Amino acid sequence: MSDDQSSAEGEKVEARAIVAGHGDFASGLVSAVDVITGRGSQLIPVAVPGLCAEDIEKLIRQRMTESGVKVIFTDLQAGSCTMAARRILRGTDAAVLIAGVNLPTLLDFVFAEQMDAIDAARHSAERGRAAITVVGTGGGVKQA
Amino acid sequence: MTLVLNRIDDRLIHGQVVVGWGQPLDIRFIVLVDDSVAASEWEQELYRMGAPPEMDVYFLNVSAAIDELPRYRADSRHGILLTGDIDTMRRLVEAGGISAINLGGIHHRTGRTQRLRYVFLNEDEETALRDLASRGVAVTAQDVPGARPIPLDDILSGVAR
Repeated sequence: MSDDQSSAEGEKVEARAIVAGHGDFASGLVSAVDVITGRGSQLIPVAVPGLCAEDIEKLIRQRMTESGVKVIFTDLQAGSCTMAARRILRGTDAAVLIAGVNLPTLLDFVFAEQMDAIDAARHSAERGRAAITVVGTGGGVKQA
Repeated sequence: MTLVLNRIDDRLIHGQVVVGWGQPLDIRFIVLVDDSVAASEWEQELYRMGAPPEMDVYFLNVSAAIDELPRYRADSRHGILLTGDIDTMRRLVEAGGISAINLGGIHHRTGRTQRLRYVFLNEDEETALRDLASRGVAVTAQDVPGARPIPLDDILSGVAR
């Protein structure tokens, strides 16, 4: 999905965040967001197969420069994409990294179009954290 | 127990190391040997945050590692010895005590040729690995525990691609 393309309704949508992670994690998650909301084009999926740490950083930095986005979502705190993003964000308050992203996080983010992207990302992280539930063994539904 | 894995991985601490290997091997500490990381508090903090709270990470330069590895090998917990490049591991091998090396991730760079999906080598690196093997060190590539370990001969001959 490019950084500036039509949504499912044909409306032009600007990218607002990068999603990066292991394997096809990013494209899968963005695909799911698009199926559910038609707003997947707000997100730029980045995969990093076979790249060394320096090239991962270079790729994410390039995607940020091309698109102007200031939000990076990654899959795993220990992941190479997270490490790269932390290097990119070192010493700046002008961008934000959310590590451990899940689908509810991104759904909240793409609907918060009226908010500044960084504020929307922070808000969505809280929503995503709260959206994890445990069902069974002990009865009832518990928030994780 | 001891250092149960001697791994070369240019991403150093990342998902495959702390989760992929860390959980099944019950890894409780990582000895990360890298001269540049050992000289940078910021880099150390970056990698420390990538490890779970129950996993200790020790940062050493090569010289300090040569002195201190016997102590880590005597540790009662399971640990991983981790370097980001072949030359660092070669220097540790020369100091003794390493009989097997895991090639976990040596990724694309100019001058390197792809040998596996996650192993790219230049001529000097291939020579260094052959030299280690000739000294009796078992050199295999294996990115995650569930994958088949691939012997150096198969990596370099191209039959493993």
